[in-house]
Amino acid sequence: MAINWFKYSSPASFYSLAGKMIPLFVFAAVILLVAGLYVGFFVAPTDFQQGEAYRIIFIHVPAAWMSMFLYVVMAFWAGIGLAFNTRLSSMFASAIAPTGAMFTFIALWTGALWGKPMWGTWWVWDARLTSELILFFLYIGFMSLQAAIDDPRRADKAGAIIALVGVVNVPIIYFSVQWWNTLHQGASVSVNQAPAMASTMLMGMLIMVFASWMYSIAVILKRTRVIILERESHTAWVAELHKKGAV
Amino acid sequence: MFMWIIKRDLLLAVRRQSDVLTTLFFFIIVVSLFPLSVGPEMNMLRTMAPGVVWVAALLASMLSLGRMFSNDYLDGTLEQMLLSPQSLSLLVLGKAFAHWLVTGVPLVLMAPVLGIQYDLPAEALLVLTSALLLGTPVLSLIGAIGAALTLGLRGGGVLVSLLVLPLYIPVLIFGSGAVEANMSGVEFSAHLSLIGAFLLVTAVFAPWAAAWSLRVSLE
Repeated sequence: MAINWFKYSSPASFYSLAGKMIPLFVFAAVILLVAGLYVGFFVAPTDFQQGEAYRIIFIHVPAAWMSMFLYVVMAFWAGIGLAFNTRLSSMFASAIAPTGAMFTFIALWTGALWGKPMWGTWWVWDARLTSELILFFLYIGFMSLQAAIDDPRRADKAGAIIALVGVVNVPIIYFSVQWWNTLHQGASVSVNQAPAMASTMLMGMLIMVFASWMYSIAVILKRTRVIILERESHTAWVAELHKKGAV
Repeated sequence: MFMWIIKRDLLLAVRRQSDVLTTLFFFIIVVSLFPLSVGPEMNMLRTMAPGVVWVAALLASMLSLGRMFSNDYLDGTLEQMLLSPQSLSLLVLGKAFAHWLVTGVPLVLMAPVLGIQYDLPAEALLVLTSALLLGTPVLSLIGAIGAALTLGLRGGGVLVSLLVLPLYIPVLIFGSGAVEANMSGVEFSAHLSLIGAFLLVTAVFAPWAAAWSLRVSLE
C-alpha cells in the first residue's frame, strides 16, 4: 500500500494529524523527563572531582545539543519551503525557531551556573561558549527578520535565506572562534576534555536528550498548529472548526 | 553591466559626498572614543588598536548598508533592474563593489592614520591596512544580503545589524588576529590567506544569495 505523503503537506490535514500526535509526544516527554531527572539526581553517583554541581549536565548537554540540531532542522525546512514553495515547511521552520532559541538560552544559562562552581567564573571566552552565544544571535536574527515582515510569504522566504546563509556560516564561525581561542591561549580553563563518564550518568543524560526531543516535537507541532490557524483563518475548513467549537 | 552599475553608483556618490564623509567620520569618531573611555595608556592602546579599528570598520560599513539598495528601491529603479534581462547577481556584485569603493576604501586609507594615534609600529600598520583591504569587501558582500532582505522594512537599520553582525565575526577574528600576530612576532600570512579565502567564497555566493533576497523582497 502506498502512503500518500503529500497529503500531509496540506495545512488542513497536517493540522488534524498534528493534533493527534501531540498527546503522544507530550506523554513520552513527561515519562522520559521524570525518568531522566530521577536517574540524574538519585541514581547517578556523585562526581569525585566536581561533587554534586556536575548534575546540571543533565540539563545543559541536552539543551546544547538541541540548540545546534534544531538550527539545522530549521534551516532544512526553511530551505525546502523556499525551493518547493510548500507553505507548511516554512510554517514548521518558523515554529522551530523559538524552541531552538530557548534551548540555546538554557544552554548558556546553565553553562554559566555550572561554570561558577567549577571554574570560579560565570563566563569564559571559550570557543564553545562563544559559538553558542553567536548561535543565539543567529536565532534572534531569524526571528526578528520574520517578525518585521508583514507579508507571511515574504517572511517565510526571507527567513529561509537568512537561515541558509546562517547554516553555511555556522561551521566557519565555529572554527574561527576555535582558532581565535587557541591563539589567545584560552582563558586558563579547558572544557575540551570531558572526563570519562559513569554509565549511569551517560544513561541519565541520554534519557534527558530523548526527553528534550519529545518536548521539542510536541511544542513545535503545537506551535505549527497555531501558525496554521492564524494563516488559514480565511479558509473554509478553519471556519468549520470554529463552528464546531473545536478551536 | 558590471562596470555600468559601478560607474552609476560612484557618480551618485560623488553627487552626494556628504554620505561618504559621514561614514568616514563615524569611523574616525568611534576609534577616537576608545582612548577617551579606557584611558590614554599607550601599552594598552597598542594591544587594543587592531580590535578597535576593526570593530569601528564593521560598524561603519554596516551603517551605510541601508543606502546600497534603498534609494533605487524608493524611486523604482531597482524594479526596472530586476526586470532587465541582465544577470541580477552581477548587478548585486557591482553594487557591492561600488559600496566598497565608497565606504570601504576610505576606511582602508584612513586606518594607518588612526593606527598611528594608537602608536602601532610601522609593520603592524601595513598589516592592518592590508587586512582591511582584503576584509572590507567581504563586509560589503555579506552586507548586501542583509540590505536586500531588509529592503523597505520598518526598523530596517537595526534589523540589518542583527542579521549581518554575527556573520561578520570570522572576518573580524582573522582581521584583527593578523595584526596581533604580527605584533607578537608570529607569522600573520595565514590570517590574510583566510580573509582572502572568505573574499573569494563570498564573492561567488553572496551576490547570488543577495539576488535571491532582492527577488523575495520585491515580489
